[in-house]
Amino acid sequence: MAVPQVKQDATEARLAGIALPEGAGWAVTARQAALARVREMGLPHGRDEYWKFTRPDTLIAPQAPSAALFDAGEAPLFGARDRLHVVFRDGVFDAAASDPLELAGIEIERLSDAMARDIHWARDLYGTLEARGQTPVARPLAALNTALATDGLVIRVTGKPARPVSLSYLHDSETSDVHLHHVIRVEPGAELTLLENGPAAARFNKVMEVDIADTGVLHHVRAQGRDHERRAVTGSFARLGAGSVFKSFTLTVNGVLTRNECVIELTGDDAVAHVAGACLGDGADFHHDDTVFVTHDAVNCESRQVFKKVLRNGATGVFQGKILVKSGAQKTDGYQISQSLLLDGDSQFLAKPELEIYADDVACSHGSTSGAIDETALFYLRARGVPERQATDLLVLAFLAEALEEIDDDSIAEELTDRLKAWFDRRA
Amino acid sequence: MLEIKNLHVKLEEEDKQILKGVDLSVEAGKVHAIMGPNGSGKSTLSYVLSGRDGYAVTQGGATLEGEDILAMEPEERAAAGLFLAFQYPVEIPGVGNMTFLRTALNAQRKARGQEEMSAADFLKLIREKAKTLQIDAEMLKRPVNVGFSGGEKKRNEILQMAVLEPRMCILDETDSGLDVDAMKLVSDGVNALRDACRGFLVITHYQRLLDHIQPDVVHIMADGRIIKTGGPDLALEVEKNGYADILTEVA
Ligand SMILES: Nc1ncnc2c1ncn2[C@@H]1O[C@H](COP(=O)(O)OP(=O)(O)OP(=O)(O)O)[C@@H](O)[C@H]1O
Ligand SMILES: [Mg+2]
Repeated sequence: MAVPQVKQDATEARLAGIALPEGAGWAVTARQAALARVREMGLPHGRDEYWKFTRPDTLIAPQAPSAALFDAGEAPLFGARDRLHVVFRDGVFDAAASDPLELAGIEIERLSDAMARDIHWARDLYGTLEARGQTPVARPLAALNTALATDGLVIRVTGKPARPVSLSYLHDSETSDVHLHHVIRVEPGAELTLLENGPAAARFNKVMEVDIADTGVLHHVRAQGRDHERRAVTGSFARLGAGSVFKSFTLTVNGVLTRNECVIELTGDDAVAHVAGACLGDGADFHHDDTVFVTHDAVNCESRQVFKKVLRNGATGVFQGKILVKSGAQKTDGYQISQSLLLDGDSQFLAKPELEIYADDVACSHGSTSGAIDETALFYLRARGVPERQATDLLVLAFLAEALEEIDDDSIAEELTDRLKAWFDRRA
Repeated sequence: MLEIKNLHVKLEEEDKQILKGVDLSVEAGKVHAIMGPNGSGKSTLSYVLSGRDGYAVTQGGATLEGEDILAMEPEERAAAGLFLAFQYPVEIPGVGNMTFLRTALNAQRKARGQEEMSAADFLKLIREKAKTLQIDAEMLKRPVNVGFSGGEKKRNEILQMAVLEPRMCILDETDSGLDVDAMKLVSDGVNALRDACRGFLVITHYQRLLDHIQPDVVHIMADGRIIKTGGPDLALEVEKNGYADILTEVA
């Protein structure tokens, strides 16, 4: 299908003057292919099926809108953990601030180093899972990322490292426009926890390609930075082998625009994929979008999507979630829930839950709700002496708890919950 | 302690008058009981005193130790010492009972300019109170009232009262849903709190509760008014003859 002229124009405006980064032959080929995909699809437009609720203009504009820096005045999340700490400053690997890239059970290196080498395992994956994720729904910003990203990490998990890999994304420049790309391969029976924290840039485009071999496990927990003016579009592309597990949780507080796409393909039997998100939005300039696409293409797999958004003062939340069960994917257990708590009449939640099923022996359910605070519960708390603000906070935390419970590691769930409480207390 | 004067209340949303001139005063150290037919306005009175939304005071007022409580937020009334044991305690999924009670206690202490209670002291306090009400530790860990039986919810109300130690306690049909043993437990819990500086307003349909919690004064409410006030004997009379005689007598 021909790309409409408006999209072509916007795409060429964005690409004008851009030169593809250099690297080994395979890297150049992958980038050129990705750039061709971008042109073929065109960058997102407000009339695209999955961009009706979220305006892409600032994400595709040639110039990234600037974003003021924000000092949270608190210890960064995950900092007290025993971890392999890797720092990116406005999208650039900061060797001095990072731990040496060494951890028993994984091979880890900088993307730019990997892409300079003629022979590298990442060659089979870089851009491959992203390209697979382009059908049936186009994700052109992810292809743009594959074309332009120079930094990121390539991680091959061969064992069960004792510590998580913890990435800190610092934001130091008000105008930074960043493409970061990680490639992760989890070998059979191996297991890793990956943590991400921070705003990363004024405009942040991140792609993470995750290939999990049979019986491999990846836990992913991220907290997107609290800088009010930052923009982020992220794409997680995961392919799961038999008996493998992928669990991903995202906490989002603040940011003018966040679009988190997650594309999961269950290709081996008995695989398990859970994606969850908790989001707190305050103000008319807050816009948060979760767009999830889970494909069941094997027998007896389980997928869960649990998304909770708390919106106030005119904030907007979007959820577009799909479960596609291919024919032959019998005994699929698919679950999807998206809920919003609207703390006032100005805030809105737009949801597009979808099920598409071509197998007959499956159990799939989805639900989406939008509700106000429970006035009866609020009064009960206040009648016991809890001030309104604090009572509301308690109910908000209770609402988000269901998403936070999706995190397997209790200590991480607790750390995020405690941080939420601290933010509430400080504001009160 | 609690002074209610000529209190008129209507629903905010519709033109329906529910309380039509309630006069009542509860002195410190006393237990007053309110009885009355279904729909006469007993719960409405308790809600208006504790500050629930949806009601409009059209005339009259109420004070707690001289302070105009109707002008206060619900949490300020609680901090001032008012407590309502709900007729229908509310379930709050996701909020643990312990968190709830500790937050409430410390919010009240803070409002009164007192120091917050430490986690350790609080644990000790709640364990002791829960024990006397035979509420087990597992129940305290669960979310507020979620999955509690009717009787357990009522016992939980009394536990909250015992921990918060309010000066003016309103109990709305705390006896309903209680088995005989639980009734005794709850009454003992209430009686343990009886002292010279505390007032009670006990709403009930049955004499049985008043056997355990001996009232000083009994009021009969009908159609939004206190239509008769007497001693403990008045409750016995209601138990024996129902409200018909009293209603015709005042009509
Ligand atoms: N929010 C409301 N909306 C409509 N009607 C109401 C509302 N609140 C109270 N009422 C009405 O006001 C009247 C008094 O109700 P209330 O619950 O105070 O009675 P009560 O004396 O406590 O009765 P019971 O003994 O059954 O508990 C009833 O007719 C009730 O239907
Ligand atoms: Mg009632």
